[in-house]
Amino acid sequence: MENVQKNIHTDEMINKIPVRLLKNKIYKGLFLLAALFTFILLVVLLARIFSQGASHLSWDFLQNFASRRPEQAGIKAAVIGTLWMMAVVVPVSLLLGVGTAVYLEEYAGKNRMTRFIQMNISNLAGVPSVVFGLLGLTLFVRVLFLGNSILAAGLTMSLLILPVIIVASQEAIRAVPKELREAAYGLGATKWQMILRVVLPSAIAGILTGSILAFSRAIGETAPLVVIGIPAFVAFLPKSVFDSFTALPMQIYNWTSRPQEEFHFLAAAGIIVLLVILILMNSVAVWIRNRYENKY
Amino acid sequence: MALVAFKTKEKKINEQAPVERQTVYSTKKCNLWYGNHHALKNINLDMKEREVTAIIGPSGCGKSTYIKTLNRMVDLVPNVKTSGAIEYRGRNIFSKDFHVEELRTRVGMVFQKPNPFPKSIFENIAFGLRIHGIKNKKLIHETVEKSLRQAAIWDEVKDRLHDSAYGLSGGQQQRLCIARSLALEPDVLLMDEPTSALDPVSTLKVEELIQDLKEKYSIIIVTHNMQQASRISDKTAFFLNGEVVEYDDTYTIFNNPRDHRTEDYITGRFG
Ligand SMILES: Nc1ncnc2c1ncn2[C@@H]1O[C@H](COP(=O)(O)OP(=O)(O)OP(=O)(O)O)[C@@H](O)[C@H]1O
Ligand SMILES: [Mg+2]
Repeated sequence: MENVQKNIHTDEMINKIPVRLLKNKIYKGLFLLAALFTFILLVVLLARIFSQGASHLSWDFLQNFASRRPEQAGIKAAVIGTLWMMAVVVPVSLLLGVGTAVYLEEYAGKNRMTRFIQMNISNLAGVPSVVFGLLGLTLFVRVLFLGNSILAAGLTMSLLILPVIIVASQEAIRAVPKELREAAYGLGATKWQMILRVVLPSAIAGILTGSILAFSRAIGETAPLVVIGIPAFVAFLPKSVFDSFTALPMQIYNWTSRPQEEFHFLAAAGIIVLLVILILMNSVAVWIRNRYENKY
Repeated sequence: MALVAFKTKEKKINEQAPVERQTVYSTKKCNLWYGNHHALKNINLDMKEREVTAIIGPSGCGKSTYIKTLNRMVDLVPNVKTSGAIEYRGRNIFSKDFHVEELRTRVGMVFQKPNPFPKSIFENIAFGLRIHGIKNKKLIHETVEKSLRQAAIWDEVKDRLHDSAYGLSGGQQQRLCIARSLALEPDVLLMDEPTSALDPVSTLKVEELIQDLKEKYSIIIVTHNMQQASRISDKTAFFLNGEVVEYDDTYTIFNNPRDHRTEDYITGRFG
């Protein structure tokens, strides 16, 4: 019987197992090292910020407006301004981003035109943020006469993070199994019902994971705000999205560029506040995501 | 003689006074291409209501393609071309004024792999009602229970209706998917190898279910299991390379096939 003859030597294979196990260990160690390196960098960064800034964190610091005297300077306008800006960024970028992703994945024909658009979206993610600032300056500040308002800044930031949200949403939508779509269609669902009831609920976890990264970027970006002329010294609170404002990164940037060392400590305290807001916002997103993930 | 293994008692329908059965599906000179691949070749088949029609044939012969054409699920595949006509109760399913949504509401489908939604057992069954705009809570509850009972799974799930459908076993999931189709009380039920992933006990349950459903529904079922085809179907169509080689009463196909290729296939001398 030709095809039952043994060509494979099992003993030899078993003798090689210790070597394979060693390799297994080495790779595990390498990945651990990579993770450790990142972790240590992060700890050093945080330690520096906290050692400089923690002592300057106080109720007054949160409650005061900007000031020329460091002991009176606070971060109130910047915190509130950042919250206002994100109140524009989150809905605008999610609606546009998820909408675009749904169109590209579900409706657009797979032709050369869509491939071209797809490529451009991916490339846009790598364009320097200053360029988005210039676009915002031209389009929102000048052409639409929005000035250096919350709306102008929010829309600019939305454009900046849009590519990331689109690409992440597309990945999430693509990952929804074909079988689930067929199940919905098989019951007589229209395309929109299928998208609303099957695709989006399944994709929302992935969409949010990508969006969290994008929102974090929007909160921390400084360059586009500088370009569209967001002031760093603001002593009032905005009342609507058409008011001018300042945001945390602007405030921090302003403080770090001052000669007095006191201000550098304030900047560190500002960064702590920014981190806290980031963590709070992301926790909400993670919470929503887990709700959908764990549901079933 | 291997043929004897499939010898079934002559179907009752043939003995009883002939019942007037209307044609549900009439396929006329139907062709289908996936790009350049000619997957269905000049198919001509008439299927009657309240009968079980089995579709058999070797892997890749076009069984799934045909059954997916019957509810136009093939539309989802890019670059599909069809020609000819398939009439569902006299209406051409390819015509513009026959919406696929209507067709798929009247014709339910059960897939080869159980595909419950990542929702609760209850919501899986209610899904079809909800997309058709039914909001009446009482009606939804009643329909969910009735469908689960019909699919012979009620006793197993009645205490966990609001748990995830993913917590069910494969066989239970498949019966859940059958229940999900039954909730819309379709006219025809298309089943693509519904028991291929099931153990013998679940398979038997599904087969018994099909026997019960026959009273009200027309069933078209793809199967690789010859015993199954001979046990549960009234008519059998043998597909080969995208063509229908033979289509006749199941009894005839299994005991007295006209084409030698049919005989080779059902006796296992083939493919
Ligand atoms: N989406 C598709 N695109 C291109 N070709 C396809 C597609 N689906 C099926 N085919 C081809 O069409 C032919 C018929 O496939 P089909 O799935 O209908 O076979 P089948 O009879 O159901 O086989 P099985 O018993 O293995 O399920 C095969 O040659 C297959 O490769
Ligand atoms: Mg198949």
